[in-house]
Amino acid sequence: MEEYELPVLLVNEVGGICGVLEAHVDFLKTHFNLITMKEFLENKNILSKKVQAIYVWWHKPVIDHELLQSLPNLKVIANSGVGMDHLDLKLISGCGIKMANCPHAVSSSTADTGMALLLASARRLVEGCQIAVSLDTECFAPDWLGEEVTGATLGIIGMGNVGYKIALRAKAFEMKILYHNRKQRKEEEEQAIGAIYCKKIEDLLQQSDFVMLAVTLTPQTHKLIGKRELELMKPTAILINISRGLVVDQEALLEALRTGIIKAAALDVTYPEPLPRDHPLLKLKNIIITPHLGIKTHKTTRMITEEAVANLLAALNGLPMPSEVLPD
Amino acid sequence: MEEKELPYVLTDTIGGPHGVYLEHMEFMKKYFNLVAMKEFPENQKYLGEKIKAIYIWWQKPAVNRELLQSLPNLKIIANFGAGVDHLDLKLISSFGVKVTNTPLAVSNATADLGMALMLASSRRLVEGCQITVSPDTEQFAADWLGEDVTGATLGIIGMGRIGYKVAKRAKAFDMKILYHNRNRRKEEEEQAVGACFCEKMEDLLQQSDFVMLVVNLTPQTHKLIGKRELELMKPTATLINICRGPVIDQDALVEALQNKVIKAAALDVTYPEPLPRDHPLLKLKNIIITPHIGTATKQARWLMMKSIVENIFSALNGLPIPNEVFP
Repeated sequence: MEEYELPVLLVNEVGGICGVLEAHVDFLKTHFNLITMKEFLENKNILSKKVQAIYVWWHKPVIDHELLQSLPNLKVIANSGVGMDHLDLKLISGCGIKMANCPHAVSSSTADTGMALLLASARRLVEGCQIAVSLDTECFAPDWLGEEVTGATLGIIGMGNVGYKIALRAKAFEMKILYHNRKQRKEEEEQAIGAIYCKKIEDLLQQSDFVMLAVTLTPQTHKLIGKRELELMKPTAILINISRGLVVDQEALLEALRTGIIKAAALDVTYPEPLPRDHPLLKLKNIIITPHLGIKTHKTTRMITEEAVANLLAALNGLPMPSEVLPD
Repeated sequence: MEEKELPYVLTDTIGGPHGVYLEHMEFMKKYFNLVAMKEFPENQKYLGEKIKAIYIWWQKPAVNRELLQSLPNLKIIANFGAGVDHLDLKLISSFGVKVTNTPLAVSNATADLGMALMLASSRRLVEGCQITVSPDTEQFAADWLGEDVTGATLGIIGMGRIGYKVAKRAKAFDMKILYHNRNRRKEEEEQAVGACFCEKMEDLLQQSDFVMLVVNLTPQTHKLIGKRELELMKPTATLINICRGPVIDQDALVEALQNKVIKAAALDVTYPEPLPRDHPLLKLKNIIITPHIGTATKQARWLMMKSIVENIFSALNGLPIPNEVFP
């Protein structure tokens, strides 16, 4: 009797700096025949027809026309994360291939990252740590102060899953919450977090002590925050970006931070990542930049792989996918 | 008619990087004649009679028997901050002098910092910032991971005003909250933050992913967390201290961190502050230390100052004193 063969799943690589986490391999292998890009290229003739699914991990493998053409039986691509801006959705969909992201797994962890950056920036935590260990430190200066988070105004741009979870957390700090979104949320949802809708982004920018970017990257949100928006912000305000580097006009941000147009910034994302080692943003005193921490925890990365696998299996079995992504 | 003179209040330094803030002075001038310690020796006889209150700024001036004896009309010592462990309460009381602190004013800022330290530590924020600027960084490693705060268990030791505010904030992160306190809180208060009382501190230590210390420093809480307590904690746990350095046995902590008895620590307070520049705690990779910034916001410091004004004013006018501290 023919043994039931597990479907073949292609990943870019396993382990190391860029690969699918070693810790997830056993789990993947219970559902799939796992092959890496290296194995695929070495055995292209045989494997080409067998690959039915791809798990894109940290934007790799790159899904281009050439790859798609070499995989005639590819049915589904799952992405490790929620942002799909690195994928050509029309191209993939045009080949009859389904796509999925992992919106549920990422939201809490990313919201936590947003709050971590907000608090660290407001209270000058990184600078404080440097003072605590510096050889030059003789005493702690009484006039060294940060900004109060409790009771301050937080403006959230992008009120999706992540934005909403940020609002829930910020509410516990008694923050006043404003938000700007493509669509206004339902009244009950707004009331649950005490959030006030700002139809015009300008209103949010002018009133906020902290501006948090939690949008998806689309042509409409590309350089959403530029010179004009930064100038609308309070000079005492802090900009926090946990969405995508390209949502902010980096040149304009550099200028704004240098000239005191806004007080500080905290970025978990930049363009590119990492920034070139001589990039001026890295030299500023009023910025903290983290290495795209958003979902980087053991538990969340595991949940992402589990969510991806659920989508892959659903697609391969002709069932509705939990988080299918369609091209706009 | 002779205008009533504003009462004289003694403080350590005024202005400069270490003194009472000038903006605060402007406000206090309406209520008091503030006198700096350096003026005192020259004018001891004159000022000695006039000084009715001491404003303790950064634990100074040191209140000893000699100072108390030179201020026969002293009624109140008003401390800037919540902790009064640097004051000899019995000695001061024996002179018939009252002591006040500013517990309400510090609570939000300190609770916020506790959350900031917990998030920064668990997500490896400080390390991450170093990676983004390091000349050696070529790419961000996918296997460089932290731990989630959402859904983890937070054990709060000391459920006073600050501890309770920490619990409120932590609840919004869907954390499971345990607490240990001298007295159990009322049921409604527990329910409001979803906190479970641990009568035995050991139970809290064994179950928590994050242990946050928010107690007053007293003889009972001195070295509350020592070798035994650290060994009861999970090897994956993080210890956070936002109250006073001596609440932890620092030598035991060094050892625990070196031997991975616990995973990491985040301290806003140490003993002494700052630590000697060659202290082993400063060299560890699994610790973050901040320079006692629990109340370091303009807003908190302003509220603390106003609280002091209120405390002194009440004491000198025979009114109920808002924040009296008893020995």
